[in-house]
Amino acid sequence: MKEEKLRIGVFVCDCGLNIAGTVDCEAVAEFARTLPDVVAVVRNKYTCADPGQNEIKKAIQEHRLNRVVVASCTPKIHEPTFRQCVADAGLNPYLMEMANLREHCSWVHQGDRKAATEKAMDLVKSAVNRARLLEAQHEAEVPVTRAALVIGGGVAGIQAALDLADAGHQVYLVEREPSIGGIMAALDKIYATMDCSI
Amino acid sequence: MMDVGRHPRIKLFAYSEVEHISGFIGNFNVKIRKKARYVIEDECTACGDCTKDCPVVVPDEYQQGFSSRKAIYIPFPQAVPSAYILNMEECLGNNPIACGKCLEACEKKCIDYDMKDEIIEVEVGTIIVATGLDVYDPTELDEFGYRSYENVITSMEFERLICAGGPTAGHFVRPTDRKVPRTVAFIQCVGSRSGKRGNRYCSNICCMNTIKDTLLLYDHYPETKCKVFYIDIRAFGKGFEQMFMRSKEVGVEYIRGIPGEVVEDPVTRNLILTVENTTTGRVEQHEVEMVVLSVGMEQRSDFDRLQKMLTLSTTGDGFVLESHPKLKPVDSPTRGVFYAGCVESPKGITESVVQSSAAAARASIILNAGRVKIEALTARLDTSLCNYCGMCARVCPYHAITPPDRKLGIYPEIIEAACAGCGTCAAECPNDAITMRHFTDAQIMAQIDAILEEKPLEKIVAFACNWCSYAGGDNAGTSRLQYPPSIRLIRTMCSGRVDEKFVLYAFQKGAPLVLVSGCHFADCHYINAVTWTQRRVERLWNKLERLGIRPERLQLEWISAAEGQKFAKVMRELEELRKKVTPEEVQQTREILRREAEKERARKAKRVEALRSA
Repeated sequence: MKEEKLRIGVFVCDCGLNIAGTVDCEAVAEFARTLPDVVAVVRNKYTCADPGQNEIKKAIQEHRLNRVVVASCTPKIHEPTFRQCVADAGLNPYLMEMANLREHCSWVHQGDRKAATEKAMDLVKSAVNRARLLEAQHEAEVPVTRAALVIGGGVAGIQAALDLADAGHQVYLVEREPSIGGIMAALDKIYATMDCSI
Repeated sequence: MMDVGRHPRIKLFAYSEVEHISGFIGNFNVKIRKKARYVIEDECTACGDCTKDCPVVVPDEYQQGFSSRKAIYIPFPQAVPSAYILNMEECLGNNPIACGKCLEACEKKCIDYDMKDEIIEVEVGTIIVATGLDVYDPTELDEFGYRSYENVITSMEFERLICAGGPTAGHFVRPTDRKVPRTVAFIQCVGSRSGKRGNRYCSNICCMNTIKDTLLLYDHYPETKCKVFYIDIRAFGKGFEQMFMRSKEVGVEYIRGIPGEVVEDPVTRNLILTVENTTTGRVEQHEVEMVVLSVGMEQRSDFDRLQKMLTLSTTGDGFVLESHPKLKPVDSPTRGVFYAGCVESPKGITESVVQSSAAAARASIILNAGRVKIEALTARLDTSLCNYCGMCARVCPYHAITPPDRKLGIYPEIIEAACAGCGTCAAECPNDAITMRHFTDAQIMAQIDAILEEKPLEKIVAFACNWCSYAGGDNAGTSRLQYPPSIRLIRTMCSGRVDEKFVLYAFQKGAPLVLVSGCHFADCHYINAVTWTQRRVERLWNKLERLGIRPERLQLEWISAAEGQKFAKVMRELEELRKKVTPEEVQQTREILRREAEKERARKAKRVEALRSA
């Protein structure tokens, strides 16, 4: 099978002044243009907002991008956002990579614009290098047996079993003792309502 | 309880234990041992004729030993299932000649001395662990005289003595003279909040339980005086503070200080408590007629069996570790398995119920969906490179890899639905036969290449696990904690993914310093994968030393998602270490590793050749 030629788009986010206040985002964008297989570079004020995401979708179409690098914040926050964004534009979500220019760079090197910008360039380069080797992935799906096991028949197990059964699921409740009830059944009254335990 | 017994969709296995669990989310196979109760559960009408004739008398556990029961008995009147049980170890013998009185008395003949344990298999999609707690046994705290003095009881025993269904029909009397005590002392934090004996943690419920007990006593016997000895009162739930205030209003005396000694007066059988009142700073003596030890709770002593079956982790206190303490508090790290109640941490009834409903809702999501997606970060095996060593199966924290069999030519098999994607197998495979999807060797090494292409001497290469250390870096960012800009992070899902060759490759490419950073052992999101990180780094330290490379240039740190401060501190310390590495040293390392790499390449080529020809 012939390998598709790499066409990478890099989206550098200012995040208002969160990134641009410390990192020279224009320099980072210029630098990104020099990286191998990068065919489009777009700078955004807020990439996660709708206009920013639309820029990504537009660039995927216009430049026939097959890899996307978003240089913005931590993937812990916006990886799902941008995965969905590229998927909407017809790209496999696993072909999107992020560079963390905010939590790991601009916010922690605030006094040092030069070093922060150099580090940001490195992070983008690292992400682009990784993106070049990314492969489309397909999430496997497995069927679910529609039944639940509840281990323990104290108040917790009883409540969980009843909720699940009332929701329409088959429940197997396993209790070690001869009766369910657990510790609760041995109590007299319960705080804060002072009502009976059983 | 009754609702459970009659619910058409709940199959109750009482007097049963989970024997074995295999499988993965959506597809668990469970073997349940239904122990012989020697009474046919469905036939028994709980008439109680059998018990009347039984000649064996033993202490009644349900009544905390304050009264007795027979060898054939019902645990308590409202028991579900409503059926008797025969304790064969107490029974005079299953030979009817020896006794057999219960069978004679049973009109329905539903007693079966020959009943055997049954193994029942069920298939389920999700599992809720609600195994509860053990009540702390205060015998070891001999200063309180529990088991030496009859009038010293635990809070669990108090429950039976005050209960209308208890051995005294709710008449609260002290064991020695069966008289209502005029003074009762409650000692708080028994077995809790102690670094020496018992447990370090707060058991959560004991303050409120004691407040409730004092109010119950006041309701029953307004003339009885209660004294509560405490460290501090924790009344933080809804309506709790009001209850605390009410108990003070009715005259309960709260004395800040835990008695150092309880001594019995042999004549009156009263108890004399010596306590340092930390409010007044004076040592005081209090004589009371009865003492209640407010005991804490612990993880079930035999929980490790189930823990292993479900590959769960526990925190330092013995309770189970959540998938995420804030965002997934009822999810276990094993997908499809959820927690409810005190197995997760000490908690009261209300909290247990809340958590159980949450766990049921979480489980329902999976059951309703009918299908589950497996994130595409799983391991893939290239059998052409596999030499059946079985390392992958041994290191997998999830038992998601079946062991190979060289003789039968069976390769290991990766069960994708059970694989969580930590990458430990890929890092440990000596033949690079395992590829981690989305975190391949090539992808990670391409990042190292990019970082070290220019000015490598000024940079530190750091591998950080997604869940803790990378998130710890995020936390440092969110908190605006400043640190030197030399660090370059490479994210892997788990530090267990960090292959020996990544570290050596970074050194070969001129890195002055390499950091491997993962979760603390108790926080590892892949059960115990982090222990393999540690072993591997230790192995690498030895190797570096052997090669003449300073092992200090490879650092290992455990940083949690909440430890932004620590992350920043470690980065500052690393920068100091980096400055001490000279260009000559780096050059020398590169030379050593270049030669090593050549040797390794030759060795590997030979190995692959041998494998292919075999």
